[in-house]
Amino acid sequence: MATVQPIDYGTPERHSDKQITLEVDGRSVTVPEGTSVMRAAILSGAEVPKLCATDSLEPFGSCRLCLVEIEGKRGYPASCTTLVAEGMKVHTQSDKLGQLRRGVVELYLTDHAGSSRAEPEGSGDDDLLRYARELGVDKVRYPTNSSRDHQDAEIDASNPYFEFDATRCIVCSRCVRACDETQGTFALTVDGRGFASMISAGTDSNDFLSSECVSCGACVQACPTEALIEKDVVTKGLPDRIEKTTCAYCGVGCSFDAEMKGGEVIRMVPSKEGKANHGHSCVKGRFAWGYTHHPDRITSPMVRESIYEPWREVGWDEAINFAVERFQSIRERYGRNGLGAITSSRCTNEETYLMQKFARAVFGTNNVDTCARVCHSPTGYGMGSTFGTSAGTQNFDSVEDADVILVIGSNPTDAHPVFASQMKRRLRQGAHLIVADPRAIDLVRSPHIEADYHLQLKPGTNVALINAIAHTILSEGLEDRAFIESRCDIDEYDAWYDFILREENSPEAMAQYTGVPAWKMRAAARLYATGGNGAIYYGLGVTEHSQGSVMVMGMANLCMATGNIGRPGVGLNPMRGQNNVQGSCDMGSFPHEYPGYRHLSTDSVRKIYEKEWDVKLDNEPGFRIPNMIDAATEGEFKGLYIQGEDILQSDPNIKHIAAGLDAMECVVIQDIFLNETASYAHVFLPGSTFLEKDGTFTNAERRINRVRRIQTAPGGYADWEITQMMAQAMGYPMNYSHASEIMDEIARTTPTFAGVSFSKIDALGSVQWPCNDEHPEGTPVMHADTFVRGKGKFMLTPYFATEERANRKFPLLLTTGRILSQYNVGAQTRRTANRHWHDEDVLEIHPSDAETRGITNGTRVAVASRMGETTLHAQVSERMTPGVVYTTFHFPETAANVVTTEFTDWATDCPEYKVTAVEVTPSHTLSEWQKRYMDQRELQQRIADDAQSVRAPETVAADINTEDAE
Amino acid sequence: MIRQVNQIAAYFEVYPEQRAEEGVRGHIQKFMAPTLRQQLLDYVAEGGEGLDPLVLKAARSIEVKTD
Repeated sequence: MATVQPIDYGTPERHSDKQITLEVDGRSVTVPEGTSVMRAAILSGAEVPKLCATDSLEPFGSCRLCLVEIEGKRGYPASCTTLVAEGMKVHTQSDKLGQLRRGVVELYLTDHAGSSRAEPEGSGDDDLLRYARELGVDKVRYPTNSSRDHQDAEIDASNPYFEFDATRCIVCSRCVRACDETQGTFALTVDGRGFASMISAGTDSNDFLSSECVSCGACVQACPTEALIEKDVVTKGLPDRIEKTTCAYCGVGCSFDAEMKGGEVIRMVPSKEGKANHGHSCVKGRFAWGYTHHPDRITSPMVRESIYEPWREVGWDEAINFAVERFQSIRERYGRNGLGAITSSRCTNEETYLMQKFARAVFGTNNVDTCARVCHSPTGYGMGSTFGTSAGTQNFDSVEDADVILVIGSNPTDAHPVFASQMKRRLRQGAHLIVADPRAIDLVRSPHIEADYHLQLKPGTNVALINAIAHTILSEGLEDRAFIESRCDIDEYDAWYDFILREENSPEAMAQYTGVPAWKMRAAARLYATGGNGAIYYGLGVTEHSQGSVMVMGMANLCMATGNIGRPGVGLNPMRGQNNVQGSCDMGSFPHEYPGYRHLSTDSVRKIYEKEWDVKLDNEPGFRIPNMIDAATEGEFKGLYIQGEDILQSDPNIKHIAAGLDAMECVVIQDIFLNETASYAHVFLPGSTFLEKDGTFTNAERRINRVRRIQTAPGGYADWEITQMMAQAMGYPMNYSHASEIMDEIARTTPTFAGVSFSKIDALGSVQWPCNDEHPEGTPVMHADTFVRGKGKFMLTPYFATEERANRKFPLLLTTGRILSQYNVGAQTRRTANRHWHDEDVLEIHPSDAETRGITNGTRVAVASRMGETTLHAQVSERMTPGVVYTTFHFPETAANVVTTEFTDWATDCPEYKVTAVEVTPSHTLSEWQKRYMDQRELQQRIADDAQSVRAPETVAADINTEDAE
Repeated sequence: MIRQVNQIAAYFEVYPEQRAEEGVRGHIQKFMAPTLRQQLLDYVAEGGEGLDPLVLKAARSIEVKTD
């Protein structure tokens, strides 16, 4: 549990139009109808002891410690399960209540170790011990050490982050209920009866690690004793203060209380008041932050003349002057467009803003791009074309009003686990679910949840599917004419109507492409259009296709046609992969636009920045990342400044990326680790993690959250400070003294951010853009009265099959994705104990495809495409549909992107990661590329005077051993 | 590049001719760097082999600013 938390009100908040006034210990309190007496009492300022109750869980009424007296009622009702009534008079303290509570505590102590592990002299993290002290229970009159107690139980330390100690468990079921209600995994239960009952992880070995537990830590947080406790709290002691910050992993953007002891983070506890996560978190956010202290962190700037020399550690001035001299030389010889920059979705808004400013104002080029190029750039194009701006239309809480949830190409339980828990809660309440995915993701069937329809389409056929759904809606008259006529451009609608009703778009015609029976597509369409509030959630399974942008437009069309936009419970929601994808796009990271999605050819916008930055700006779009690499191989692009990105691992066709980087004269990497791209760099500038800087992240619901500096970066500087030093050395005046001043500049120049400031975020906790005079406290739901572009614009969505086709030589389709315990290219999570769950990427293959190829679980297989070959171990899985194989890309040694193609979305150049024709065969050795890669990496990542690479051995995929390499 | 601009044309071909041509031109003008547009125009000037007819039409009104 969390010791430095705000008040625990014992039961959840209720909402009602009817207010109830009652009296607690003589004080009047008014609360919504349906509120528990416990919550009302605590709100009134009374103290009510409790063990089985916490305000994140429904009341349970088992511990009997929260008994109260209510005038006119017999006995001593449990305040957690008793609801308030008008005029009720409650007493929380009396001699009799004290006597009863002491009795309860004494009974609990008969099967409790009696001391704290975290604070041997005090009550530590254990409420039972605290209540014993407060109630004066200093001895236990009943027999202890009975044969039925649990005082001989061994601690289950199997989980790398927390322990279960049955000697301190009071079987209050808070952990079981947290797993059920908060996380929705249902991994825990109470085993046995009566006095013998005990919490069980439900496996034969009965340990947490081998169970269904997903290590979200909700049970640890819920535990009122120290039965479930973080290992760090046991070894380092209790924290004594908190600093509030925001998680640096996925696009949910969970708010956290970093619980500190002195200057050290002891544990991360999700903030109850966090508006994106409401006190919940996943294994990554809560536990996997140890990488910030990993020995692989680079602590000193480094330079080298050529990429084949060892790195040389130098001071900051020398490193920056080295980079600047090369950049200036390149600009003199090749012009300003021989230079470029790449921003990162892992960095703050302020840092990203500064990087694009650096490119445009200091380099003088619009050659700036971001990693969203390879993930959500089609969202920008598709939503911009139809709605007028690129952003998720809803807040996360909107899902609680959804009646039909359509999940397309998104795997929330793995990639956005905290939001997935919220979604699963709504599904358990009865919302309908449609999943469109080639794989049977967990959401298709999980405890108490089963999709109404799983549309198991073939990779690359999203647009065929969305057209078939739209065709059904229009042909069966299920559209919302009133909404269309009042909110949308009717001429565009009419054109779309005629297009969609073509026979070629019918489910019957499209079934040959999607592989989904026509009846199923029709049934799903009817459910979405007529089932009440319809909400679409989508991920990279939509965008990373050659028709990614068309699919986004197709889904936007569907929202408008059915009126499922502009109010809670509906909308179109891109699930952003990284923590600040939304923010990096908002901040003008793309080569064609300034912050706020305004094209740089718009004179009035450009003049704002020319005035603010005091430079003349180019009005022509710059290079996208693939253009930069192409131009480099052609000898025209020579210098690149990359902040927080690893394009050599994350971008498609790694060989081409490597060739482009190799052809450059100056590659500057600013990162926390010597990443893969750094093998081709000439300057390395040690960056900062989220714990080491001030700034903001913007999550997938446009929520701007604060990041706060709570420890010092090993290199000494936040990333924005490094960019500022670079700018100054290039001769450009840049003099921010704090990240808040950068946000002030963003607000000054960007209408949708006009009302944003650090002080406002601090006051409100967070704010969702647009935030301006019209919406001073932000905008939870967009397009409520009118679309950003005015009238909603239906775009035509012709389906074209991808050029990447399976054939006899490459008969399978490879699609890629993520797994819960690892994050993106793995640079952070591979350097944590999350390796316990996933220490290598594997290839999932359907049993029938495996059998015909002689493949069983664990077989090393070669995966060959037209582009290249890699090897990894096979995992036979019925989650796959026959003909489709799947892998993740968390380990560089796997090199999934050696195999992926160069096909891209026509509108945005977003790579088609999700469709690669491959053949899979058993293999006994690494691919030639993998062998060369490992040799080369070792050579190119040497640091002078170090015999070995700085990379820790455990960060290398576990399966690559000497035998394999030979 | 040929494949990319042909894909752009393939999308806009679903629209009536004038709008399709404007769509291709507008997309290229809005998103392609001037050097890439110049490469396209140079290729068109050499005959534009393999380019979608819609791209060839749109190219007539694509502009490239000289630095």
